[in-house]
Amino acid sequence: MVAPSLVLFYVATAMTLGGAIGVVLTRNIVYAAFALLLSLIGVAGVFLLMFAEFLALVQVLIYGGAIVIVVLFALMLTRIEDFQHLTDHRQWPLAAIGAIVLFGILVAAIVDTTVPETDRQGVGLETLGDSLFVQWAIPFEIASLVLLVALIGAIVLVRPSGGRE
Amino acid sequence: MIELAHLQVLSAALFCIGVYGVLARRSAVLILMSIELMLNAVNINLIGYAAFADFSEAQRALGQVLIVFVITIAAAELALAIAIILRLYRNRSTVNVDEIDLMKW
Repeated sequence: MVAPSLVLFYVATAMTLGGAIGVVLTRNIVYAAFALLLSLIGVAGVFLLMFAEFLALVQVLIYGGAIVIVVLFALMLTRIEDFQHLTDHRQWPLAAIGAIVLFGILVAAIVDTTVPETDRQGVGLETLGDSLFVQWAIPFEIASLVLLVALIGAIVLVRPSGGRE
Repeated sequence: MIELAHLQVLSAALFCIGVYGVLARRSAVLILMSIELMLNAVNINLIGYAAFADFSEAQRALGQVLIVFVITIAAAELALAIAIILRLYRNRSTVNVDEIDLMKW
C-alpha cells in the first residue's frame, strides 16, 4: 500500500521534471515558456506537500503570474522567428555528460550523508510571520530595497532615448 | 512515506537539468529560464530540510524565510536580465549568446 502523499509527491515530481526537460529540449520557445510554467507549478505542489501553504501561494503568484509573463513579453519583444533557427549549441553532448556527472556526484553525496530526520512537519503561519517580519525584518527590508533598485535599474536600462542612441 | 532523500534527489535532478540548459542553449532567454530552474532546485532543497530535519520551530521558519528571499532575488535578477537582453537585442539585433562576444578577447 503506497501512501497517498507519496503518490502526490510523484505527480508533483513528474510535473516538475517533465516541465524542466521541456524547457531545455523543446525547439519552440513559446512551448519552453509554458513548460517552465508547468515546472514551477510542480514546485508549488512540492511546497504544499511540505505544508508550506504560504510559499506555494507565493510560488504560483510570483513565478506563475509574474515571471512567466515577463519571459513571454521578452520573447514577444525580441523576434520569435529567430529562435527557430537558434538550435542548441554544437557542444550539447558535452553539456549532457557534464550534467549527468554532476547528478551522479550529487546523488552519491545524498546517499552518503545522513541527517537526523523527523516526520514531515510544517511551520505555523504565525511563526513564519513572526520570523519574517520580526526576527529577520532588516534582511527583509534590504531585500525589498534590492528589488526596488533592480526594477529602477531595469527601467533605466530599457529607456528608449538615453541621449546616446 | 516521503523522505528527505526524495526531495534531495528531485532537487539534484532539477539543478542538473538547469545546468544542461545553461550549457547547451544558445538563446539568452532560454538560458535565463534554465537559471530559474536551478533557483527552484535550491528552493526544493531548502524546503526539504525545513520540513524534515530535526530542528526547532524557529529554525524551520528560517528555512521558509530563506526561500522567500531566494524568490525575491530571483525576481530582481530576472527583471534586470530581461532589461539587459532587450537592450542587447536593440543594439545587436540578436539574442544568440555566441554572437555577443564584445567583452571576449
